Amino acid sequence: MSFLRKKLDELRRPFDKGQKWEKFAPAFNAFDTFLFVPDHTTKKGAHIRDAVDLKRTMITVVLALLPALFFGIYNTGYQYFSQTGEAFTFMDAFLHGAWKIVPMIVVSYAVGLGIEFIFAIYRGHEVNEGYLVTGLLIPMIMPVDIPLWMVAVSVAFAVLIGKEAFGGTGMNILNPALMARAFAFFAYPTYMSGNKVWVSEASSVDAISGETILGSLAAGKEVTYNMWSMFAGSIPGSIGETSTLWIVVGALILIATGVGSWRIMIGGIVGAAVMGFLFNIWGANALMSFPWYQHLIVGGFAFGIVFMATDPVSAAQTFKGKWIYGVLIGVFSIMIRVFNPAYPEGVMLAILLMNVFAPTIDHYVIEANIKRRKKRLATVTAKSA
Amino acid sequence: MSNDIKIRKGLDIKLKGVAEKTISVAPRSKKFAIKPTDFHGVTPKMVLKEGASVKAGEVIFFSKYSDRVKFVSPVSGTLSEIRRGAKRRILEVVIDADAEDTFMEHGSRDISKMSGEEVKEHMLEGGCWPFIKQRPYDIIANPEEAPKAIFVSAMNTAPLSADVEFLLKDRLDDFKLGLEAISKLSSGKTHVSVAGGGSGLLDGISGVELHKVNGPHPAGNVGVQIHHVDPINFGERVWVVGPEDVAIIGAFFRTGKFQADRLLAVAGTEAPNAQYYKMRIGSNVLDLVGKIPSSVRIISGDVLTGDQLANNGFVGYYHNVLTLIPEGKDHRMFGWMPFMDNHIPSMSRTSLSWLFPNKRYKVNTNLNGEERALVVTGEMEKVMPMDIYPMQLLKECMASNIEKMENLGIYEVAPEDFALIDYTNTSKIEAQVIIREALDLMIKEVG
Repeated sequence: MSFLRKKLDELRRPFDKGQKWEKFAPAFNAFDTFLFVPDHTTKKGAHIRDAVDLKRTMITVVLALLPALFFGIYNTGYQYFSQTGEAFTFMDAFLHGAWKIVPMIVVSYAVGLGIEFIFAIYRGHEVNEGYLVTGLLIPMIMPVDIPLWMVAVSVAFAVLIGKEAFGGTGMNILNPALMARAFAFFAYPTYMSGNKVWVSEASSVDAISGETILGSLAAGKEVTYNMWSMFAGSIPGSIGETSTLWIVVGALILIATGVGSWRIMIGGIVGAAVMGFLFNIWGANALMSFPWYQHLIVGGFAFGIVFMATDPVSAAQTFKGKWIYGVLIGVFSIMIRVFNPAYPEGVMLAILLMNVFAPTIDHYVIEANIKRRKKRLATVTAKSA
Repeated sequence: MSNDIKIRKGLDIKLKGVAEKTISVAPRSKKFAIKPTDFHGVTPKMVLKEGASVKAGEVIFFSKYSDRVKFVSPVSGTLSEIRRGAKRRILEVVIDADAEDTFMEHGSRDISKMSGEEVKEHMLEGGCWPFIKQRPYDIIANPEEAPKAIFVSAMNTAPLSADVEFLLKDRLDDFKLGLEAISKLSSGKTHVSVAGGGSGLLDGISGVELHKVNGPHPAGNVGVQIHHVDPINFGERVWVVGPEDVAIIGAFFRTGKFQADRLLAVAGTEAPNAQYYKMRIGSNVLDLVGKIPSSVRIISGDVLTGDQLANNGFVGYYHNVLTLIPEGKDHRMFGWMPFMDNHIPSMSRTSLSWLFPNKRYKVNTNLNGEERALVVTGEMEKVMPMDIYPMQLLKECMASNIEKMENLGIYEVAPEDFALIDYTNTSKIEAQVIIREALDLMIKEVG
């Protein structure tokens, strides 16, 4: 370990202040601090600091994503083999999925981190860790057969327009991963929706129907999957979204470590359940009468509310605001599902919509605090007058 | 009882190296110093020149913008050096101490027969005024103003801080005298808060509002107590006095001498003897604890709010604790991984240390990460037991938006109230520095 440390200190010398590669120090630091927590000591303020830092926080989210990712990889193969009718083992399915998905992850990280590094060097700040999460989220919310170049373009759009244009990590208004998906959705609709994209090779092999449950509901067809399949996730859909079971495991990791907001998650589930229940009573079409509890476990709702809505930068920041924000995401998710036949999934648009309104929600929550303070001042002034 | 305060938010950081409750008389320092930098916002105007001989309690400088506020020598001796920093700013006024003190005599006074104005004048003349601090802004009080209340927090909750009951147990009478004196400074109430779980040493105190405070740090911060008892509005002033300072003031009225003796808790894992020392304000660290290796950080004050000192530096004017902890200038391989390095305390549950709430930790000064943009939300609120949105206030402070800062409660906070935010926040921002700069801006713009 000390050998490696010495080697690194040697390597970093040209990047030090006043040396020839000083400008590229953020790039070197990104690798250095990945291996070692730096030897920086406190200069101002409190002399001791908590063990937590942004790297640790972000890696925790990545850990929480892994169960759903591994299941998504397996499910990609499972959908392909079970629909073509070939005999297969667990390993076959997993390898088929990995063959499709690992390149997407590589492209997402390469393009996204590449842009992050360039901006860090250009702006002279350290590389922020936020993209470690975004870069994994993006492939997980894409259909499996999307061409890699589309992944690359969507990532570039999301990082450049969605994040860096606003000033980088911590400043963005919309969730960057959802920006990537929304961009792909509106730019390449034939690759992002319909009934031919959700299962590996569905567009080239006739035997495969790649229709999602929400898709068939919107088309007025019967749903052939049982509750357990919907919950466990052996259904077609975006890579990471299908298995509510493993998403719940991720959610528990986020809540147990305190990294993800349980207020947003619970709020979202309550909002969606109530909205679904109201539509059940109304029951004018197949999507409306789809049981409210099944709304929670099909499509991207579970993934969205656990991993996308809880992004602390684009969500509401106050505790009260988080409740309101979560509930409204739930309500709008189901409402968009039911009322928008062209696009039977609502959670992406619901979260993006609420991202935009999150600062407004916070504004009113904080305004209440300000009013209390002003009222107190008014009583004092009235008394002394 | 309605007078009690229950604090729920906050964090007790349990550290190793608690000062043992025995008292040694520290060897008398050869050099003492008064550091104008301890008095935030004060520009010193020197009265004495280098080489002048000085008595204990004799004025050595006064505040340029408030000439009634005088600063006196803690010992008698010779003013040997005025150490200056950048732009000739005075950093330390050093006094070579005589073996025995000769005091300026102000005469014993009977407080009960004095008016508020007389008490104030006597304190200003005797050099006791710097003990009176004001909120908002956390600076020495302006004697021309009238406070709506006076607060004394007779409890400490900061990590490794001195036990106030231990500080006061032998000078309870002076403490009561001091309370009687400062009570006369305001037409409003005088509030004294004590720790809920204490021994009841101060229970019988009369003439003041007594509050029992329960809860984790920062429950002992006077600003938190003010917020829960009588919050500060725009234009209002509250004066605060440290508990031992009250006793020093009391002794001054009793004897007529400015005898600024303190008990100093020497604490932290690197302290040669973690115990209490009896010493005079302005004592030299080298004389007190001896030679300390450079791999140790010497902090005058507690680990959250104190000032770093050199080995030959001088203990801060207001400080009751000297903390010595190791510097953390080393690398930790893959230390950013969740659940790694659980020997470092963490409020976040991404470390396992939260499973052991009663374990005491050895800490160092490593930043445990690097500064980043503010990303995580909701963590600052957990250590801010006031009806204030800390992150929003910090952001407005960074933007120097005065109206928004007022709206969000800048008058109710002091840097020390944001110390735990310094400690816990994921992005490693310096919240205390931001608040201090914002308060300075408010002094300039609003006053």
